[in-house]
Amino acid sequence: MKMTKKEYDAMTKVKSPKSNLVKDMIWAFLVGGLICTIGQALLNMYKAFGLDKVNASSSVSITLVFVGALLTGLKVYDNIAKHAGAGTLVPITGFANSIVSPALEFKSEGFILGMSAKMFTIAGPVLVFGISASIIYGLILWIFRLF
Amino acid sequence: MASRVGRYTIKLESCPAVKGYAGVAGKKEGEGPLAEAFDYIYEDDTCGEKTWEKAESRMQKDTLTRALVKANITPTTVDMVFAGDLLNQCIGSNYGLREFGIPFIGLFGACSTMAESIALASLAVDTGCANVAAAITSSHFCAAERQFRYPLEYGGQRTPTAQWTVTGSGAAIIAKEGDGPFIKEVTFGKIVDMGIKDMNNMGAAMAPAAAETIKSYFDDTGLDPDSFDLIITGDLGFIGSRLTSELLEKENIKLKNFTDCGILIYDRKAQDVHAGGSGCGCSALVMCTHIFNNMRAGNFKEVLFVGTGALMSPTSVQQGESIPSIAHLVHISSTK
Repeated sequence: MKMTKKEYDAMTKVKSPKSNLVKDMIWAFLVGGLICTIGQALLNMYKAFGLDKVNASSSVSITLVFVGALLTGLKVYDNIAKHAGAGTLVPITGFANSIVSPALEFKSEGFILGMSAKMFTIAGPVLVFGISASIIYGLILWIFRLF
Repeated sequence: MASRVGRYTIKLESCPAVKGYAGVAGKKEGEGPLAEAFDYIYEDDTCGEKTWEKAESRMQKDTLTRALVKANITPTTVDMVFAGDLLNQCIGSNYGLREFGIPFIGLFGACSTMAESIALASLAVDTGCANVAAAITSSHFCAAERQFRYPLEYGGQRTPTAQWTVTGSGAAIIAKEGDGPFIKEVTFGKIVDMGIKDMNNMGAAMAPAAAETIKSYFDDTGLDPDSFDLIITGDLGFIGSRLTSELLEKENIKLKNFTDCGILIYDRKAQDVHAGGSGCGCSALVMCTHIFNNMRAGNFKEVLFVGTGALMSPTSVQQGESIPSIAHLVHISSTK
Protein backbone atom coordinates (compact mmCIF):
# COMPACT_ATOMS: atom_id res chain seq x y z
CA MET A 1 0.00 0.00 0.00
CA LYS A 2 1.29 3.40 -0.95
CA MET A 3 0.08 5.08 2.20
CA THR A 4 1.69 6.25 5.41
CA LYS A 5 0.30 5.39 8.84
CA LYS A 6 -0.59 9.06 9.30
CA GLU A 7 -2.57 9.20 6.05
CA TYR A 8 -4.39 5.98 6.94
CA ASP A 9 -5.19 7.29 10.40
CA ALA A 10 -6.79 10.39 8.84
CA MET A 11 -8.75 8.23 6.38
CA THR A 12 -9.96 5.95 9.20
CA LYS A 13 -11.14 8.89 11.28
CA VAL A 14 -13.33 10.12 8.43
CA LYS A 15 -14.88 6.68 7.88
CA SER A 16 -15.45 5.73 11.53
CA PRO A 17 -18.72 7.07 12.95
CA LYS A 18 -18.53 8.81 16.32
CA SER A 19 -20.83 8.26 19.28
CA ASN A 20 -23.80 10.63 19.26
CA LEU A 21 -22.68 12.89 22.11
CA VAL A 22 -25.89 14.92 22.41
CA LYS A 23 -28.04 11.80 22.63
CA ASP A 24 -25.61 10.15 25.06
CA MET A 25 -25.55 13.21 27.30
CA ILE A 26 -29.35 13.56 27.36
CA TRP A 27 -29.68 9.88 28.32
CA ALA A 28 -26.96 10.19 30.98
CA PHE A 29 -28.56 13.33 32.40
CA LEU A 30 -32.04 11.83 32.56
CA VAL A 31 -31.11 8.40 33.95
CA GLY A 32 -28.35 9.70 36.25
CA GLY A 33 -30.71 12.43 37.44
CA LEU A 34 -33.46 9.89 38.04
CA ILE A 35 -31.17 7.72 40.18
CA CYS A 36 -30.15 10.79 42.22
CA THR A 37 -33.79 11.83 42.62
CA ILE A 38 -34.63 8.35 43.85
CA GLY A 39 -31.71 8.71 46.29
CA GLN A 40 -33.09 12.02 47.56
CA ALA A 41 -36.58 10.51 47.92
CA LEU A 42 -35.09 7.62 49.92
CA LEU A 43 -33.20 10.07 52.12
CA ASN A 44 -36.38 11.99 52.88
CA MET A 45 -38.19 8.74 53.55
CA TYR A 46 -35.56 7.41 55.98
CA LYS A 47 -35.52 10.77 57.77
CA ALA A 48 -39.30 10.64 58.04
CA PHE A 49 -38.88 7.22 59.64
CA GLY A 50 -36.85 8.92 62.35
CA LEU A 51 -33.23 8.20 61.29
CA ASP A 52 -30.72 11.00 61.82
CA LYS A 53 -28.90 12.53 58.81
CA VAL A 54 -25.80 10.27 58.97
CA ASN A 55 -27.76 7.03 59.35
CA ALA A 56 -30.30 8.09 56.73
CA SER A 57 -27.47 8.80 54.21
CA SER A 58 -25.85 5.43 54.89
CA SER A 59 -29.21 3.72 54.45
CA VAL A 60 -29.66 5.41 51.06
CA SER A 61 -26.25 4.11 49.91
CA ILE A 62 -27.05 0.61 51.16
CA THR A 63 -30.42 0.62 49.38
CA LEU A 64 -29.00 1.89 46.07
CA VAL A 65 -26.10 -0.58 46.15
CA PHE A 66 -28.58 -3.38 46.82
CA VAL A 67 -30.83 -2.32 43.93
CA GLY A 68 -27.81 -1.97 41.58
CA ALA A 69 -26.59 -5.44 42.55
CA LEU A 70 -30.06 -6.94 42.22
CA LEU A 71 -30.64 -5.42 38.77
CA THR A 72 -27.20 -6.72 37.68
CA GLY A 73 -28.12 -10.21 38.86
CA LEU A 74 -31.44 -9.99 37.04
CA LYS A 75 -29.55 -9.04 33.83
CA VAL A 76 -31.35 -5.70 33.62
CA TYR A 77 -28.64 -3.21 34.62
CA ASP A 78 -26.49 -3.62 31.50
CA ASN A 79 -29.53 -3.10 29.28
CA ILE A 80 -30.27 0.24 30.95
CA ALA A 81 -26.57 1.16 30.92
CA LYS A 82 -26.35 0.50 27.17
CA HIS A 83 -28.37 3.70 26.69
CA ALA A 84 -27.63 5.58 29.89
CA GLY A 85 -23.81 5.32 29.80
CA ALA A 86 -22.32 7.61 32.44
CA GLY A 87 -25.82 8.04 33.91
CA THR A 88 -25.64 4.51 35.31
CA LEU A 89 -21.84 4.34 35.64
CA VAL A 90 -21.22 7.30 37.94
CA PRO A 91 -23.85 6.83 40.70
CA ILE A 92 -23.21 4.28 43.44
CA THR A 93 -25.42 1.77 41.58
CA GLY A 94 -22.71 1.64 38.89
CA PHE A 95 -20.14 0.77 41.54
CA ALA A 96 -22.34 -2.12 42.64
CA ASN A 97 -22.66 -3.25 39.02
CA SER A 98 -18.90 -3.15 38.51
CA ILE A 99 -18.38 -5.54 41.43
CA VAL A 100 -21.32 -7.88 40.96
CA SER A 101 -20.84 -8.36 37.20
CA PRO A 102 -17.31 -9.88 37.41
CA ALA A 103 -18.40 -11.88 40.46
CA LEU A 104 -21.16 -13.46 38.36
CA GLU A 105 -18.94 -13.86 35.32
CA PHE A 106 -16.00 -15.55 36.98
CA LYS A 107 -17.78 -17.88 39.37
CA SER A 108 -17.17 -20.61 36.78
CA GLU A 109 -13.47 -20.50 37.77
CA GLY A 110 -14.25 -21.27 41.41
CA PHE A 111 -15.29 -19.45 44.58
CA ILE A 112 -11.82 -18.28 45.67
CA LEU A 113 -9.70 -17.85 42.51
CA GLY A 114 -12.65 -17.02 40.28
CA MET A 115 -15.39 -15.05 41.95
CA SER A 116 -13.49 -13.60 44.92
CA ALA A 117 -10.23 -12.83 43.12
CA LYS A 118 -11.85 -11.29 40.04
CA MET A 119 -14.57 -9.38 41.90
CA PHE A 120 -12.54 -6.15 41.95
CA THR A 121 -11.02 -6.26 38.47
CA ILE A 122 -13.15 -3.29 37.38
CA ALA A 123 -13.83 -1.57 40.70
CA GLY A 124 -10.22 -2.03 41.88
CA PRO A 125 -8.90 1.27 40.45
CA VAL A 126 -11.85 3.16 41.96
CA LEU A 127 -10.96 1.76 45.38
CA VAL A 128 -7.23 2.42 44.94
CA PHE A 129 -7.73 6.06 43.99
CA GLY A 130 -10.61 6.57 46.42
CA ILE A 131 -8.59 5.29 49.37
CA SER A 132 -5.42 7.11 48.22
CA ALA A 133 -7.32 10.39 47.87
CA SER A 134 -8.85 10.03 51.33
CA ILE A 135 -5.41 9.41 52.85
CA ILE A 136 -4.00 12.54 51.19
CA TYR A 137 -7.05 14.54 52.28
CA GLY A 138 -6.64 13.25 55.83
CA LEU A 139 -2.94 14.14 55.88
CA ILE A 140 -3.62 17.67 54.66
CA LEU A 141 -6.29 18.10 57.32
CA TRP A 142 -3.94 16.74 59.99
CA ILE A 143 -1.13 19.15 58.97
CA PHE A 144 -3.52 22.15 59.04
CA ARG A 145 -4.68 21.23 62.52
CA LEU A 146 -1.11 21.21 63.82
CA PHE A 147 -1.07 25.00 63.62
CA MET B 1 0.53 -30.74 -7.20
CA ALA B 2 0.54 -27.20 -5.90
CA SER B 3 2.64 -24.63 -7.74
CA ARG B 4 3.46 -20.99 -7.21
CA VAL B 5 1.87 -18.30 -9.32
CA GLY B 6 3.57 -14.94 -9.03
CA ARG B 7 5.07 -13.92 -5.72
CA TYR B 8 2.47 -15.00 -3.19
CA THR B 9 -0.27 -17.15 -4.74
CA ILE B 10 -0.34 -20.95 -4.77
CA LYS B 11 -2.31 -22.75 -7.46
CA LEU B 12 -3.80 -26.09 -6.44
CA GLU B 13 -3.67 -28.16 -9.64
CA SER B 14 -6.02 -30.91 -8.44
CA CYS B 15 -8.65 -28.42 -7.22
CA PRO B 16 -9.52 -30.18 -3.92
CA ALA B 17 -13.24 -30.48 -3.26
CA VAL B 18 -15.37 -29.46 -0.34
CA LYS B 19 -16.88 -32.88 0.25
CA GLY B 20 -19.12 -31.82 3.11
CA TYR B 21 -19.73 -28.78 5.25
CA ALA B 22 -21.85 -27.64 8.17
CA GLY B 23 -22.46 -24.62 10.33
CA VAL B 24 -24.14 -24.24 13.71
CA ALA B 25 -25.26 -20.95 15.23
CA GLY B 26 -26.20 -19.29 18.49
CA LYS B 27 -29.58 -17.77 19.27
CA LYS B 28 -28.87 -14.23 18.07
CA GLU B 29 -27.38 -15.48 14.78
CA GLY B 30 -30.41 -17.76 14.45
CA GLU B 31 -32.60 -14.66 14.53
CA GLY B 32 -30.57 -13.05 11.74
CA PRO B 33 -31.10 -12.98 7.97
CA LEU B 34 -29.12 -16.20 7.22
CA ALA B 35 -30.95 -18.42 9.74
CA GLU B 36 -32.48 -20.68 7.10
CA ALA B 37 -29.07 -21.79 5.86
CA PHE B 38 -27.77 -22.94 9.26
CA ASP B 39 -27.63 -26.65 10.03
CA TYR B 40 -28.53 -26.13 13.66
CA ILE B 41 -29.47 -23.21 15.91
CA TYR B 42 -29.00 -23.58 19.66
CA GLU B 43 -31.96 -22.56 21.80
CA ASP B 44 -29.66 -20.75 24.20
CA ASP B 45 -26.00 -19.83 24.08
CA THR B 46 -24.95 -22.23 26.83
CA CYS B 47 -25.46 -25.04 24.26
CA GLY B 48 -26.45 -27.15 27.26
CA GLU B 49 -23.05 -26.72 28.94
CA LYS B 50 -22.00 -25.18 32.26
CA THR B 51 -19.46 -22.63 31.02
CA TRP B 52 -19.12 -20.50 27.88
CA GLU B 53 -15.82 -22.17 27.02
CA LYS B 54 -17.45 -25.60 27.19
CA ALA B 55 -20.29 -24.25 25.05
CA GLU B 56 -17.81 -23.21 22.37
CA SER B 57 -16.11 -26.61 22.41
CA ARG B 58 -19.51 -28.23 22.18
CA MET B 59 -20.25 -26.21 19.04
CA GLN B 60 -17.03 -27.41 17.39
CA LYS B 61 -17.83 -31.00 18.27
CA ASP B 62 -21.37 -30.71 16.91
CA THR B 63 -20.25 -28.91 13.75
CA LEU B 64 -17.56 -31.41 12.82
CA THR B 65 -19.91 -34.30 13.52
CA ARG B 66 -22.54 -32.79 11.21
CA ALA B 67 -20.01 -32.04 8.47
CA LEU B 68 -18.70 -35.64 8.61
CA VAL B 69 -22.23 -37.02 8.37
CA LYS B 70 -22.98 -34.77 5.39
CA ALA B 71 -19.72 -35.84 3.72
CA ASN B 72 -20.72 -39.43 4.47
CA ILE B 73 -17.43 -40.34 6.15
CA THR B 74 -16.27 -41.35 9.63
CA PRO B 75 -13.60 -39.56 11.72
CA THR B 76 -11.17 -42.45 11.16
CA THR B 77 -10.92 -41.60 7.46
CA VAL B 78 -9.92 -37.97 8.14
CA ASP B 79 -6.13 -37.60 7.96
CA MET B 80 -5.83 -34.25 9.68
CA VAL B 81 -7.92 -31.46 11.10
CA PHE B 82 -6.91 -27.79 11.00
CA ALA B 83 -8.76 -25.94 13.72
CA GLY B 84 -8.74 -22.71 15.68
CA ASP B 85 -10.71 -20.26 17.77
CA LEU B 86 -10.26 -17.01 19.71
CA LEU B 87 -9.79 -18.37 23.22
CA ASN B 88 -6.43 -18.40 24.98
CA GLN B 89 -4.41 -21.45 23.88
CA CYS B 90 -7.25 -22.27 21.45
CA ILE B 91 -9.09 -24.31 24.06
CA GLY B 92 -12.32 -24.18 22.05
CA SER B 93 -10.69 -26.46 19.47
CA ASN B 94 -8.45 -28.46 21.82
CA TYR B 95 -11.34 -29.58 23.99
CA GLY B 96 -13.97 -29.70 21.27
CA LEU B 97 -12.00 -32.06 19.06
CA ARG B 98 -10.21 -34.21 21.64
CA GLU B 99 -12.57 -37.15 21.26
CA PHE B 100 -12.35 -37.51 17.49
CA GLY B 101 -8.91 -39.14 17.32
CA ILE B 102 -7.96 -37.15 14.21
CA PRO B 103 -4.38 -35.79 13.88
CA PHE B 104 -4.85 -32.21 15.04
CA ILE B 105 -3.19 -29.01 13.90
CA GLY B 106 -4.20 -26.06 16.08
CA LEU B 107 -4.14 -22.64 14.43
CA PHE B 108 -4.48 -19.06 15.56
CA GLY B 109 -5.16 -16.42 12.97
CA ALA B 110 -7.89 -14.58 14.89
CA CYS B 111 -10.88 -14.06 12.58
CA SER B 112 -8.81 -15.14 9.55
CA THR B 113 -8.51 -18.69 10.90
CA MET B 114 -11.23 -20.21 8.70
CA ALA B 115 -9.54 -19.00 5.51
CA GLU B 116 -6.21 -20.19 6.93
CA SER B 117 -7.53 -23.63 7.84
CA ILE B 118 -9.35 -24.13 4.51
CA ALA B 119 -6.18 -23.05 2.67
CA LEU B 120 -3.96 -25.43 4.65
CA ALA B 121 -6.41 -28.34 4.44
CA SER B 122 -6.68 -27.84 0.67
CA LEU B 123 -2.89 -27.69 0.34
CA ALA B 124 -2.55 -30.89 2.35
CA VAL B 125 -4.99 -32.65 0.03
CA ASP B 126 -3.53 -31.21 -3.16
CA THR B 127 0.01 -32.20 -2.23
CA GLY B 128 -1.07 -35.72 -1.29
CA CYS B 129 -0.23 -35.28 2.41
CA ALA B 130 -3.87 -36.05 3.16
CA ASN B 131 -6.68 -37.78 1.36
CA VAL B 132 -9.24 -36.06 3.53
CA ALA B 133 -8.60 -33.01 5.72
CA ALA B 134 -11.01 -31.00 7.82
CA ALA B 135 -11.08 -27.27 8.52
CA ILE B 136 -13.05 -25.95 11.46
CA THR B 137 -13.26 -22.81 13.58
CA SER B 138 -15.61 -21.31 16.13
CA SER B 139 -16.24 -18.28 18.28
CA HIS B 140 -18.62 -17.58 21.14
CA PHE B 141 -19.78 -14.08 22.07
CA CYS B 142 -19.86 -14.70 25.80
CA ALA B 143 -16.50 -16.50 25.95
CA ALA B 144 -14.85 -13.78 23.84
CA GLU B 145 -16.37 -10.92 25.84
CA ARG B 146 -14.98 -12.14 29.15
CA GLN B 147 -11.55 -12.66 27.61
CA PHE B 148 -11.26 -9.50 25.51
CA ARG B 149 -13.64 -6.99 27.10
CA TYR B 150 -15.84 -6.89 30.19
CA PRO B 151 -18.10 -9.27 32.11
CA LEU B 152 -21.43 -9.77 30.30
CA GLU B 153 -23.52 -7.95 32.89
CA TYR B 154 -21.18 -4.97 33.19
CA GLY B 155 -22.97 -1.76 32.24
CA GLY B 156 -20.60 -0.50 29.57
CA GLN B 157 -21.35 1.17 26.25
CA ARG B 158 -20.07 -0.09 22.90
CA THR B 159 -18.73 2.40 20.41
CA PRO B 160 -20.35 2.64 16.95
CA THR B 161 -17.22 1.05 15.43
CA ALA B 162 -17.30 -2.04 17.67
CA GLN B 163 -18.14 -5.42 16.12
CA TRP B 164 -20.20 -8.19 17.68
CA THR B 165 -18.51 -11.58 18.14
CA VAL B 166 -20.55 -14.27 16.43
CA THR B 167 -21.61 -17.34 18.39
CA GLY B 168 -21.22 -20.10 15.87
CA SER B 169 -18.97 -22.62 14.21
CA GLY B 170 -18.37 -23.85 10.70
CA ALA B 171 -16.57 -26.90 9.32
CA ALA B 172 -15.52 -27.97 5.83
CA ILE B 173 -14.30 -31.43 4.85
CA ILE B 174 -11.77 -31.15 2.02
CA ALA B 175 -11.07 -34.21 -0.13
CA LYS B 176 -9.69 -35.19 -3.52
CA GLU B 177 -13.17 -35.87 -4.86
CA GLY B 178 -16.53 -34.49 -3.87
CA ASP B 179 -19.53 -32.42 -4.89
CA GLY B 180 -17.67 -29.19 -4.38
CA PRO B 181 -17.25 -26.28 -4.38
CA PHE B 182 -13.59 -26.59 -5.31
CA ILE B 183 -10.51 -24.81 -3.99
CA LYS B 184 -8.40 -23.47 -6.88
CA GLU B 185 -5.90 -21.05 -5.39
CA VAL B 186 -4.76 -19.76 -2.04
CA THR B 187 -2.77 -16.67 -1.07
CA PHE B 188 -1.31 -16.43 2.41
CA GLY B 189 -1.08 -12.85 3.59
CA LYS B 190 1.65 -10.89 5.29
CA ILE B 191 1.27 -9.22 8.67
CA VAL B 192 0.26 -5.61 8.04
CA ASP B 193 0.19 -2.95 10.74
CA MET B 194 -0.97 0.54 9.87
CA GLY B 195 -0.81 1.77 13.45
CA ILE B 196 -4.46 1.43 14.52
CA LYS B 197 -4.62 1.07 18.31
CA ASP B 198 -8.37 1.10 18.95
CA MET B 199 -9.51 -2.40 19.89
CA ASN B 200 -13.07 -1.22 19.24
CA ASN B 201 -12.30 -0.52 15.59
CA MET B 202 -10.82 -3.77 14.36
CA GLY B 203 -12.35 -3.38 10.90
CA ALA B 204 -10.08 -0.38 10.40
CA ALA B 205 -7.08 -2.31 11.71
CA MET B 206 -7.70 -5.24 9.33
CA ALA B 207 -8.69 -3.35 6.17
CA PRO B 208 -5.10 -2.68 4.99
CA ALA B 209 -4.24 -6.39 5.38
CA ALA B 210 -7.29 -7.35 3.31
CA ALA B 211 -6.44 -4.82 0.62
CA GLU B 212 -2.81 -5.99 0.53
CA THR B 213 -3.69 -9.67 0.07
CA ILE B 214 -6.38 -8.96 -2.55
CA LYS B 215 -3.93 -6.80 -4.48
CA SER B 216 -1.23 -9.49 -4.25
CA TYR B 217 -3.67 -12.05 -5.63
CA PHE B 218 -4.69 -9.90 -8.61
CA ASP B 219 -1.05 -8.98 -9.29
CA ASP B 220 -0.01 -12.65 -9.18
CA THR B 221 -2.79 -14.08 -11.33
CA GLY B 222 -3.45 -11.19 -13.69
CA LEU B 223 -7.16 -11.52 -12.93
CA ASP B 224 -9.41 -8.64 -11.92
CA PRO B 225 -12.61 -8.25 -9.85
CA ASP B 226 -14.73 -8.83 -12.99
CA SER B 227 -13.69 -12.50 -12.94
CA PHE B 228 -15.64 -13.12 -9.72
CA ASP B 229 -19.34 -13.33 -8.83
CA LEU B 230 -18.52 -12.63 -5.23
CA ILE B 231 -15.61 -11.23 -3.27
CA ILE B 232 -16.32 -11.82 0.40
CA THR B 233 -14.17 -10.82 3.34
CA GLY B 234 -14.57 -12.12 6.86
CA ASP B 235 -14.92 -10.16 9.05
CA LEU B 236 -14.26 -6.51 8.37
CA GLY B 237 -17.76 -5.31 9.19
CA PHE B 238 -19.23 -2.16 7.70
CA ILE B 239 -16.35 0.21 8.39
CA GLY B 240 -13.50 -2.13 7.50
CA SER B 241 -15.04 -3.21 4.20
CA ARG B 242 -15.61 0.40 3.15
CA LEU B 243 -11.98 1.18 3.98
CA THR B 244 -10.80 -1.86 2.01
CA SER B 245 -12.71 -0.74 -1.10
CA GLU B 246 -11.25 2.72 -0.78
CA LEU B 247 -7.68 1.46 -0.26
CA LEU B 248 -7.96 -0.74 -3.35
CA GLU B 249 -9.42 2.10 -5.41
CA LYS B 250 -6.23 4.00 -4.72
CA GLU B 251 -4.41 1.02 -6.28
CA ASN B 252 -6.74 1.13 -9.31
CA ILE B 253 -8.64 -1.99 -8.28
CA LYS B 254 -12.38 -1.40 -8.18
CA LEU B 255 -14.08 -4.16 -6.21
CA LYS B 256 -17.37 -5.49 -7.59
CA ASN B 257 -19.88 -7.82 -5.92
CA PHE B 258 -18.02 -7.18 -2.70
CA THR B 259 -19.44 -7.94 0.73
CA ASP B 260 -18.38 -9.18 4.13
CA CYS B 261 -19.45 -12.10 6.33
CA GLY B 262 -19.83 -9.70 9.27
CA ILE B 263 -22.31 -7.65 7.22
CA LEU B 264 -24.38 -10.60 6.01
CA ILE B 265 -24.84 -12.44 9.29
CA TYR B 266 -26.86 -9.83 11.22
CA ASP B 267 -29.60 -7.36 10.55
CA ARG B 268 -27.48 -4.36 11.57
CA LYS B 269 -30.28 -2.07 12.76
CA ALA B 270 -32.71 -4.57 14.28
CA GLN B 271 -30.02 -6.62 16.06
CA ASP B 272 -28.01 -3.67 17.40
CA VAL B 273 -24.63 -5.00 16.31
CA HIS B 274 -23.00 -1.63 15.53
CA ALA B 275 -20.31 -2.26 12.86
CA GLY B 276 -21.33 -5.90 12.16
CA GLY B 277 -20.23 -9.39 13.15
CA SER B 278 -16.74 -10.72 13.85
CA GLY B 279 -14.96 -13.72 15.32
CA CYS B 280 -13.52 -16.96 13.93
CA GLY B 281 -17.01 -18.42 13.84
CA CYS B 282 -18.46 -15.63 11.70
CA SER B 283 -16.78 -16.36 8.37
CA ALA B 284 -16.78 -20.11 9.12
CA LEU B 285 -20.53 -20.09 9.66
CA VAL B 286 -21.37 -17.86 6.69
CA MET B 287 -19.08 -19.73 4.27
CA CYS B 288 -20.00 -23.25 5.42
CA THR B 289 -23.72 -22.60 5.09
CA HIS B 290 -24.99 -19.68 3.03
CA ILE B 291 -22.10 -19.32 0.55
CA PHE B 292 -21.35 -23.01 -0.10
CA ASN B 293 -25.10 -23.72 -0.43
CA ASN B 294 -25.36 -20.98 -3.03
CA MET B 295 -22.28 -22.25 -4.84
CA ARG B 296 -23.70 -25.75 -5.05
CA ALA B 297 -26.97 -24.27 -6.29
CA GLY B 298 -25.04 -22.49 -9.02
CA ASN B 299 -25.85 -18.98 -7.78
CA PHE B 300 -22.18 -18.12 -7.32
CA LYS B 301 -19.56 -19.61 -9.61
CA GLU B 302 -16.27 -17.93 -8.78
CA VAL B 303 -15.79 -16.68 -5.22
CA LEU B 304 -12.85 -15.02 -3.50
CA PHE B 305 -12.97 -15.61 0.24
CA VAL B 306 -10.62 -13.36 2.19
CA GLY B 307 -10.40 -14.14 5.91
CA THR B 308 -9.09 -11.22 7.95
CA GLY B 309 -7.70 -11.34 11.46
CA ALA B 310 -6.56 -8.82 14.07
CA LEU B 311 -3.56 -10.40 15.77
CA MET B 312 -3.51 -8.50 19.06
CA SER B 313 -4.20 -9.60 22.61
CA PRO B 314 -5.71 -7.57 25.48
CA THR B 315 -2.20 -7.46 26.99
CA SER B 316 -0.54 -5.99 23.88
CA VAL B 317 -3.30 -3.39 23.56
CA GLN B 318 -2.96 -2.38 27.24
CA GLN B 319 0.78 -2.02 26.69
CA GLY B 320 0.05 0.54 23.99
CA GLU B 321 0.90 -1.61 20.97
CA SER B 322 -0.89 -1.12 17.67
CA ILE B 323 -2.91 -3.95 16.10
CA PRO B 324 -1.09 -6.15 13.55
CA SER B 325 -3.47 -7.73 11.07
CA ILE B 326 -3.52 -10.48 8.49
CA ALA B 327 -5.63 -11.65 5.57
CA HIS B 328 -5.56 -15.01 3.79
CA LEU B 329 -7.31 -15.52 0.47
CA VAL B 330 -8.97 -18.62 -0.95
CA HIS B 331 -10.29 -18.80 -4.51
CA ILE B 332 -13.30 -21.12 -4.53
CA SER B 333 -15.05 -22.26 -7.69
CA SER B 334 -18.26 -24.18 -8.29
CA THR B 335 -16.55 -26.24 -11.03
CA LYS B 336 -13.22 -28.05 -11.17
